[in-house]
Amino acid sequence: MQALFSQALPAQIMLIRRPPDIKTSDITNEHLYWSRREWLAGVGFGVAGAALGPELATATGTARQDDDKLTPYEHVTGYNNFYEFGTDKGDPKANAHTLKPRPWSLQVEGDVKRPATYDLDDLFRGMGVQERVYRLRCVEAWSMVIPWSGYPLADVIRKLEPGTKAKYVAFTTLLDPKQMPGQRSRVLDWPYIEGLRMDEAMHPLTLLVTGVYGKPLPNQNGAPVRLVVPWKYGFKGIKSIVKLAFVEKQPETSWNISAPNEYGFYANVNPTVDHPRWSQQSERRIGELFRRKTMPFNGYGDQVAGLYTGMDLRKYY
Amino acid sequence: MASRRADWVPWAKVLVWAAALVPLAVLLWDATHGGLDAEPVKDIQHRTGKTALVLLLITLANTPMRRATGQGTLVRFRRLTGLFAFFYACLHFGSYLLFDLQFAFGDLAEDVLKRPWITIGFTVFLILLTLAVTSPKVMVRRLGGRRWHALHRLIYVAGIGTVLHFYLSVKKDVTVPLQFAALLAVVLVARMAVAAHDRRKRALRPSRDVT
Repeated sequence: MQALFSQALPAQIMLIRRPPDIKTSDITNEHLYWSRREWLAGVGFGVAGAALGPELATATGTARQDDDKLTPYEHVTGYNNFYEFGTDKGDPKANAHTLKPRPWSLQVEGDVKRPATYDLDDLFRGMGVQERVYRLRCVEAWSMVIPWSGYPLADVIRKLEPGTKAKYVAFTTLLDPKQMPGQRSRVLDWPYIEGLRMDEAMHPLTLLVTGVYGKPLPNQNGAPVRLVVPWKYGFKGIKSIVKLAFVEKQPETSWNISAPNEYGFYANVNPTVDHPRWSQQSERRIGELFRRKTMPFNGYGDQVAGLYTGMDLRKYY
Repeated sequence: MASRRADWVPWAKVLVWAAALVPLAVLLWDATHGGLDAEPVKDIQHRTGKTALVLLLITLANTPMRRATGQGTLVRFRRLTGLFAFFYACLHFGSYLLFDLQFAFGDLAEDVLKRPWITIGFTVFLILLTLAVTSPKVMVRRLGGRRWHALHRLIYVAGIGTVLHFYLSVKKDVTVPLQFAALLAVVLVARMAVAAHDRRKRALRPSRDVT
């Protein structure tokens, strides 16, 4: 409903700002809603595929091993690390109903031509939604295969036009203990913060995700917008983003502040660099009993290894 | 009195057996009915580990409980709960050997040498194994009561080691390990109070002999 109005009827955008107690499904027939969204998503993917050429479209859209089966929706949305709603894997699903993902503002600041606070739907207007099936490798040595939908971060960055001093992008999650009760516990320094080097942020694999399995992102997965960087450990995928800052210095990141010897800034999936407390050589795919080998850069090395030429990845873990 | 005691102990042992097997029954039921969480191996390891720890704490609490309640008969349940703690420790360690290592013993050696929390967990397992092997009455006789008691004091090392192993294994939120640490502290303090009381009594006895 919201997406449709913002796409099709921008003049009536005020309609979005209605009391939150009316469900989308009360207004638009759910089946119709989903079929329209799927159609939009399909168009988006087609356009992107045509623009990027066949090789890259294959690489970004469907780069999968033969045995990369989609992780079931119930696990993708029921087994989450989102400490803002509790530290158990089931806590986010149980507690995230307090988060209000609309209306949502995204503040853009730093060395950028268009610093402003954007309504999320305005920011993405005119951009095609893309579907991407990515492996997700958690630093805890489990993994999933997830069909995301969203927008390449590079497209958003180009739209915002950063300046020459913008060497990094810093991301910030919402800070609001009323909506995120886990923030009342001091388990991490809130709000959660993350960052990418500009070339990582501009890489075509890097996605601002707004949906999963063709549906809007559930709160527990980081609604309404989160980052997905498939060659990095999952904790780089900051959720419920409220701020993008274009900065000159390498930004601080939450897990690095919390345990600098265990979690680095780069956090590229790397089977040869162990976590101090466990090996990263193998992982367990959710739903499977036995482990499988972890691939360098989570299997996306062909596309991203060049970003790190000449860097000692043991030092910059 | 003696005959009445004999009356209820076997029945109580049946109850202890049944209670101690409940976590395994629930685990097997969940495993066959889709009740394990998205990472079933982690779930199995966490459940068997926690059950082993609980049974270890119950075993450690045996002596203080016995003294506090005056129910000397409780000692007849100590070996049983201790062996069940070992049983769950075997399931815990076994699931790690099978699912995580697939019996690659080189990887086990690497884990034990490189990762302190696994070093500690593995040490605890060896202690429990030793105590289980020396638990039959025939072993008590063979070792001699004094040596047997000295050996079985390792149960305290096992208790402390298990809580430490749990604490170190957790990524960030150590609430539950700390709760277990508090329980362990209560049990150990109670045990030390019993020991202090015994020492005082022993110190008093010779002076009574003199007078």
